[in-house]
Amino acid sequence: MSAVDRLSVFKTYKLYVGGKFPRSESGRVYEVTDAKGKWLANAPLSSRKDARDAVVAARKAFGGWSGATAYNRGQILYRVAEMLEGRKAQFVHEVADAEGLSKSKAAEQVGATIDRWVWYAGWTDKIAQVVGGGNPVAGPYFNLSSPEPTGVVAVVAPQESSFLGLVSVVAPVIATGNTAIVIASERSPLPALSLGEVLATSDVPGGVVNVLSGRTAEIAAPLAAHQDVNAIDLAGADEALAKELEIAAADNLKRVLRPQPVDDWSATPGIDRMTAFLETKTVWHPTGSLGASGSSY
Amino acid sequence: MYSRYARRYARLVTMPTNAPSPTAERVGGTPSAHALADVTTSDSTLRRFLHGLPGVDAVGLEARAASLGTRSIKTTAKAYAIDLAISMVDLTTLEGADTPGKVRALGAKAVHPDPTDRTTPSTAAVCVYPDMVATAKAAVAGSGVKVASVATAFPAGRAALDVKLADVREAVAAGADEVDMVIDRGAFLAGKYLKVYDEIVAVREVCGTSARLKVIFETGELSTYDNIRRASWLGMLAGADFIKTSTGKVAVNATPANTLLMLEAVRDFRTQTGVQVGVKPAGGIRTSKDAIKFLVLVNETVGEDWLDNHWFRFGASSLLNDLLMQRQKLATGRYSGPDYVTVD
Amino acid sequence: MASAFEYAPAPESRSVVDIAPSYGLFIDGEFTEAAGGKVFKTVSPSTEEVLSEIAQADAEDVDRAVRAARKAFEKWSALPGSERAKYLFRIARIIQERSRELAVLETLDNGKPIKETRDADLPLVAAHFFYYAGWADKLDHAGFGRNPRPLGVAGQVIPWNFPLLMLAWKIAPALATGNTVVLKPAETTPLSALFFADICRQAGLPKGVVNIVTGDGRTGAALVAHPDIDKVAFTGSTAVGKEIARTVAGTRKKLTLELGGKGANIVFDDAPIDQAVEGIVNGIFFNQGQVCCAGSRLLVQESIHDELLESLKRRLSTLRLGDPLDKNTDIGAINSAEQLARITTLADQGEAEGAERWSPACELPTSGYWFAPTLFTNVTQAHTVARDEIFGPVLSVLTFRTPDEAVAKANNTPYGLSAGIWTEKGSRILAVANKLRAGVVWSNTFNKFDPTSPFGGYKESGFGREGGRHGLEAYLAPSSPEGER
Repeated sequence: MSAVDRLSVFKTYKLYVGGKFPRSESGRVYEVTDAKGKWLANAPLSSRKDARDAVVAARKAFGGWSGATAYNRGQILYRVAEMLEGRKAQFVHEVADAEGLSKSKAAEQVGATIDRWVWYAGWTDKIAQVVGGGNPVAGPYFNLSSPEPTGVVAVVAPQESSFLGLVSVVAPVIATGNTAIVIASERSPLPALSLGEVLATSDVPGGVVNVLSGRTAEIAAPLAAHQDVNAIDLAGADEALAKELEIAAADNLKRVLRPQPVDDWSATPGIDRMTAFLETKTVWHPTGSLGASGSSY
Repeated sequence: MYSRYARRYARLVTMPTNAPSPTAERVGGTPSAHALADVTTSDSTLRRFLHGLPGVDAVGLEARAASLGTRSIKTTAKAYAIDLAISMVDLTTLEGADTPGKVRALGAKAVHPDPTDRTTPSTAAVCVYPDMVATAKAAVAGSGVKVASVATAFPAGRAALDVKLADVREAVAAGADEVDMVIDRGAFLAGKYLKVYDEIVAVREVCGTSARLKVIFETGELSTYDNIRRASWLGMLAGADFIKTSTGKVAVNATPANTLLMLEAVRDFRTQTGVQVGVKPAGGIRTSKDAIKFLVLVNETVGEDWLDNHWFRFGASSLLNDLLMQRQKLATGRYSGPDYVTVD
Repeated sequence: MASAFEYAPAPESRSVVDIAPSYGLFIDGEFTEAAGGKVFKTVSPSTEEVLSEIAQADAEDVDRAVRAARKAFEKWSALPGSERAKYLFRIARIIQERSRELAVLETLDNGKPIKETRDADLPLVAAHFFYYAGWADKLDHAGFGRNPRPLGVAGQVIPWNFPLLMLAWKIAPALATGNTVVLKPAETTPLSALFFADICRQAGLPKGVVNIVTGDGRTGAALVAHPDIDKVAFTGSTAVGKEIARTVAGTRKKLTLELGGKGANIVFDDAPIDQAVEGIVNGIFFNQGQVCCAGSRLLVQESIHDELLESLKRRLSTLRLGDPLDKNTDIGAINSAEQLARITTLADQGEAEGAERWSPACELPTSGYWFAPTLFTNVTQAHTVARDEIFGPVLSVLTFRTPDEAVAKANNTPYGLSAGIWTEKGSRILAVANKLRAGVVWSNTFNKFDPTSPFGGYKESGFGREGGRHGLEAYLAPSSPEGER
C-alpha cells in the first residue's frame, strides 16, 4: 500500500421515505456545514410534495406497524440499537461535526442515543400495562382501557441535539405503534439522514419512519395542515413557528405536543412523550348479570 | 327475526296475512300444522333449530325488564290493571295437606274474590292436584272459573311416561279445563330435546280437545336464558297452549326477565307460525306492584292481544289478597288491611 | 300505541324545586349582577315557559371570575389532599340528598325525561364527585409522578345535553387535583349549574374555588381567551372545538376537548337480537339523540336487515313521547328551537337526497320543541345523514356484508368517539373492537357511563379523557422528565 492518502468517497445524503432513499422531488439541495462553517455535504431540500409523499408512506405503514405485536416492535427497536452500535464511529464523527463537539463528547452522545433505543425497545410491551387497565364500573360490565397509537405523527426534531434529541423524540413515537415523518434539524440533518440508513437495515418496515431534511418551516407547514396526519411534535419549532403550526393543526384536531425546554437530553425521559401520542380506547362488555333475579347467564 | 331460521328449516312456508284473532287458537290441533313443522323431524334438526335461535344477553334482558319495571301506573290505569290482574290469577293450592275443604274454600274465593264487593272480577282459574279436580269443579260450577290441574308427576316430573300420562288422564277425566304439565328438565339439560318434545306431544294428545295445555319449564332449573328461550320454542313447537315459568317449588320462580324472554318467544312464534300461545309466570309474584310490572311487560312486549286471561295468567296464591287490598284502597281512598280480605 | 292498557298521566311534582325569577353570576362565593346589566331568559323546552332570567356575563365579568379563581388557587392548591377530598365528598352527598330537586330542575330546563335525569344523570353526577373525591389525597399513586402539581385556574365550557353531568365531569377532577375553576354552562341550560353554586355554599367550599359565569358563546370565548387561565376544558361541537384549539395555540393553556361524533352501531347476524334492538333504541333515542356518543349510524349485516328493521320499528312504536316530567315518558323535548331547526333541516336533507324516512305514529305536543323518533333506511355513506352529526333522534341505517366492510364503514368518518358491536361471538367482538378507531366501544350494550371509565374521542371527536385515573391527567402539570418517576 502506498503511504499516499487516498481520496475519500463522499456520501450522497438522501431522504428516507417509505423505506427508500429518494432525492427531493424538487431536485434541490442545500449546503450543510459543520459548527465552524466548513462544508460537510449537500442535503436534500425537501418540498411540500416530499412531505405529502412521506404522509402517504407513513399512513400505508401504520396498519402493519400498529398491528404488530408489542414484542415484535420491541425486537425491532432493539435491533436498531444493535445496528447503531456497529456504526458508532460514523455517528460519532457526524455528531462531532454537526454539534461542534469533541470526539469524546460526541461519543457520549452517541452512546446515550443507542441506550435510548434500548430503553424504548423495552417499553413497547409495558406501556399498555402502565397506562391501561381494568376499570371497576358499578354494574355488570367488564371494562378495559387500552392505549392505542394515534396514527401518523409529524415530528419536528430538535434543532440543536442532532442525534440524541432526534432519537429521543422519534423512538417514543414509534415504540407505541405510531408511524412518523421526521423533519431533521435544519442546520444539522446528517445524523438524521444516516439514521434512515440504519433503520432500513434493522427490520423496521418501510414507511414507519420517514426522514426529511430542508427548511423546517417549509416542510412543517404542509404537515401541520395535512388532514391525514394525526399528531405533531413541535420539539424543534421556535415560538413563532410553533404557534403557527398549532393553529394549522387545529383544522383536524391533531394532537399537539408543544415545544418544551430541554436542558439535558441525556436525562431519563418520562413516559410523557409516549402518552402524548396514545389514544385511550375503552371497551365495555356485559359480564352476565349480578344474579339477583335468577338465571344470570 | 326468526325467519332466517324458518327459511333454513321450513319448506313452502305460507305466512298468514293477518295475525289470528284471539279466538282462533288451536285446541288439540296437530302441532305439525304450522310453518316450522319439519324442525321436529329428528333429534338433530330440532337441536340445530333450537341452537340456531338468537342468543340472549342476560344483562341486556334484565336491564330491559328492570326499565319496564319503572313505569308508573296510577289512578285509572292502576284500577284497570288490578282488575285485569285479578282476572288472570290461577288461584293455586298445591300442598300435600290439601283437603276437599281447603279446595272448596279456594273455589269460592276464585268465584267471588271479595265478598264485600261483588263487582270484583273472578279469577281465571283454580289450580290444584289431579285428585282435587272433581272437588274444585264442583266448587266453581256455573261460574266461568276454570279448573287447572298440575300433572305429569308434578313438580319433579321424574316418573315413567305411562305414569305421567295416567296422571293427565285422571285430571282430564275429572273435568280439568287446563293441564299444567312439567317438562323433563333432566332430558332437556342432557340435550335430549326430542324426548322432551315427544313427551309434550303425548300429553297434548291426552288433553285432546277438552283441556288447554300449559307447559312448565321450571326456568330456575334450566339456569340460562338461552335454555329458557330454547325451551319456549320447544314447548310451542310441541303444541303448548301456554308456556309457564315454574312450579313454585324451587328457589327461583317467575322473574320479570324470564317472563319478558318468554313473551318475546310467543311474540316471535306468532309472527312465524300465526299461532298465538299464552304465557304464565308462576311463583314469587306476591304484590300488586309486582303483578302490574308483569302486565307492563305484556303491554309493551306483545301488546293488547295478550292482555286477556285467555293469554296471560299469574300462578299465585297470596297475590290475590294484595290485589284485593289495593282494589279496596282505590275504591275507598283508605289503605286496607289483612282483616278485610279473606284468609283461605 | 293504542291499547286497552293506557297509562294515566304520572307527572313528577314540580313543587320540589323552587326557581328564582332571576339569577346572577356566581363569583367569589357571591351571586352578583353582570357588569353590563344584561340578562337572557331560559325557557322550558317542552312548554316554552320562561323559567328564569339569567345574567349575561361579558369579558369584564369573566375577568372578575378568573381573578377570584386565581386568588383562591393559592390556598386551595396548598390544602392537604385529604381536606380537598372531604369537600368533594360533602358535595357528592348533598347532590344525593337533593337529587330529586335537581332531577326535576334539569328536566324543566333541558327537556329530557324525568326518567333519565332521575335514573341516569343525577346518580352519575353524585358518583362522579364521589369517585374524584377519593383521588384528591392519592395523587402520588396515580401514575403521574410523585407530588403532581395542579395547573392553576381552569376555564371550563360545557354543553346543554347533560348540563349537570358535564359540570361534574369538569369540576370534580379539577378540584380534586387542586385547581380552581371558572365554568360556563350552556346558554339554554344554566339553572342546574347555578343550583350547584348553592351546593358549594352548603358544602362550605372556600370562596372563589368554583365560579359560574352564565352567558352565550361570547362569554365562553372570553373565558377561553383570558390570559390568566392555565387550562381549557370544553365539551361541545367540533367546529367550536377547533376554534378554541386555534385560540389557545402558542399559549401555556393545556387543552382537552370532548366533541362531536357519528357513532356506528354494528349489528352482526348472530347478535342477541332482542337486546340489540334495545341497544339501538338506547343508542340513538337516549336524551332524544342529543348525545355526542350516540349510535347514530346503524350498520346492520345485510342478511338480517329486513327482520331487524321490522323489530326495530315495532319497538319504536312503543316509545312514549310527551311531557318530560311524566315518569312514563321515554322521549322528551328537543333542547331549543335552534337545535330543532338543525335537526329538521338535516332530516329534510336526508329525504331530499333519497333516503327513506320513517317515524312511528306519534302525536307531537303543540307547544315546545319536538321531533318524532325517525329512521332513515336506504342510506349510503354519501348521504348527509350518514356523515353529519345530527344531534337528534334520527337514526341512519346502512348495511354491510362482511366484518371488514363493517369496520371500514364505521371508521369512514372524521369523528371517532363511540361505536357499538353486537354479536355473540367473542373473538369477533375483540377483533372488531380492536380495529375501530373510537374512544369508547360498547359491545353488546350501548351508552353506558361510569366515573371510573375513561371517556373521550379519537380524531375530530377531540382529545383527552374524562373519567377514571386518565381523567386526572387533564388537570395536572406534565411530570418533570427527571427524577420524578
